[in-house]
Amino acid sequence: MILARQRDVPLDKDASARFLPWLIAFMVYLATLALAAAIAVSNVAQAWDSGLAGKLTVQVPPSPPPSAGDSGRGQTARVDAVLDALRETPGVRSAEQLSQQEMARLLEPWLGAAAGSADLPLPALIAVEVVPARAPELASLQRRLDRAAAGTRVDDHQRTLGRLLEVARTLQLLAVLVVALVGAAAVVTVVFVTRTGLSIHRNVIELLHLIGAQDAYVARQFQRHALRLGLTGGLIGLALGAATLWALARWVGQEAGAVVPELTLSQPQWLSLLAVPLAATLVAMLTARITVLRTLARLS
Amino acid sequence: MRSRVEESGLVRFDQVSFNYGPNAPVLRDVTFHLPPGSFHFVLGASGAGKSSLLQLMYLWQKPTSGRISLFGRDVAQLTRADKALMRRRIGVVFQDFRLLDHLSARENVALPLRVAGRYTSGLDEHVRELLAWVGLGDYLDALPPTLSGGQQQRVAIARAVIARPSLLLADEPTGNVDDRIALRLLYLFEELNKMGTTVVIATHNENLIERLGHPTIRLTGGDSRHPAIAHPPVLPAADA
Repeated sequence: MILARQRDVPLDKDASARFLPWLIAFMVYLATLALAAAIAVSNVAQAWDSGLAGKLTVQVPPSPPPSAGDSGRGQTARVDAVLDALRETPGVRSAEQLSQQEMARLLEPWLGAAAGSADLPLPALIAVEVVPARAPELASLQRRLDRAAAGTRVDDHQRTLGRLLEVARTLQLLAVLVVALVGAAAVVTVVFVTRTGLSIHRNVIELLHLIGAQDAYVARQFQRHALRLGLTGGLIGLALGAATLWALARWVGQEAGAVVPELTLSQPQWLSLLAVPLAATLVAMLTARITVLRTLARLS
Repeated sequence: MRSRVEESGLVRFDQVSFNYGPNAPVLRDVTFHLPPGSFHFVLGASGAGKSSLLQLMYLWQKPTSGRISLFGRDVAQLTRADKALMRRRIGVVFQDFRLLDHLSARENVALPLRVAGRYTSGLDEHVRELLAWVGLGDYLDALPPTLSGGQQQRVAIARAVIARPSLLLADEPTGNVDDRIALRLLYLFEELNKMGTTVVIATHNENLIERLGHPTIRLTGGDSRHPAIAHPPVLPAADA
């Protein structure tokens, strides 16, 4: 097996053999968290996007503005007028008023027990589903509903959603940046460790050359060492990262679920995190190989 | 029809001078060629340039001037990869042994085979036999730091000959062993020579040279005022 092969260059005894796995573990840990965050944010953004597609929310304020001329009409009549107008609009699949209980449940995370109080002057909310291909034009719908009940507002969530998606994209970019920086730091570390190894074992490498070793033979010694350390560190980092994510997902689910969107990853997404230590190992191996070959080539 | 190596010599030095950096030359205008299958001693006082001459032969140093050919090829034209391949045909016994301390005697001896990608478990028996032949059959798994100077030297010799090199270079190979072992080792070199290996041994032990009676390259001078010059056998070049 490749890991158990004869080691002509005694790299195992170097200090790097002790600290490099932990350094790689730390980097893989950070990269795993960053990547998981990017995936989770992408999931949330996707959920928001698909959850709100083809949906509108109509708010009917509790009392009409004094100038609207329909004072005296009850809130129920105002809501019914808006519902009628909506149901007559082509492209509207359904329009349902949210019950008092549903409103209270939605507001509870922000208002607490007071959310259910009848004294609160809350607007009536109507959830509207439209046929995406025949969705009504928003401005004309707004005008029609305003005529049915003055002050009524139509919200297609695009402004809010747009902002949220922008934040999500920024977070994803940040996560990718973190992964890239961690990768760059790993490359620099492995270059440094490899050069140090070349310097420490200069006599051994000289001897190997003297008995006919090609540069690639020497490079293989270093890349096997990097493979071993990279894999060890990578798996430690992944295990720590997975434990952190699991704990975080539990906490979000139990404590902060109402305010923070659920940060869960699907099974394939969990598996994709496996790529982090493997990529780190591959980067370490290639970096070691290239560093050795370039350094030795300069000796000729 | 004679091959290129037979015509020009397995080792050929033409007007070779060598100095370390800006220092005065260690070797000056050294010219000789060694036919394949020959056995030569390089004789000279300490500091005469014997080790430098061998270093040039095993491609560890580049001549300051002049031309060196090995196996019929101009070494100045060799790439790093070519040099590595050529070194696999050269066995070297270094004056300071240069064993790898973290490898056992057996692993040290097998190293040239492993480096050349020729090592198989079947060859392990060959390695054991060779170590037994040099009197180290009971030290197969001993690490070099646990061996005496003479024992280390024998491991180094076994490593140099394990791959049946075409050219064997030895720098004071008997310096740390008693006369009985020295003679035994030299007989090993002679056996290899009979099988076609060209042997060059650097030594300052004239008794040994007289005993075996092989031709000698004698280096004189070797200090900053009188750089070493090779004396007979300075054989005429094939085209001379």
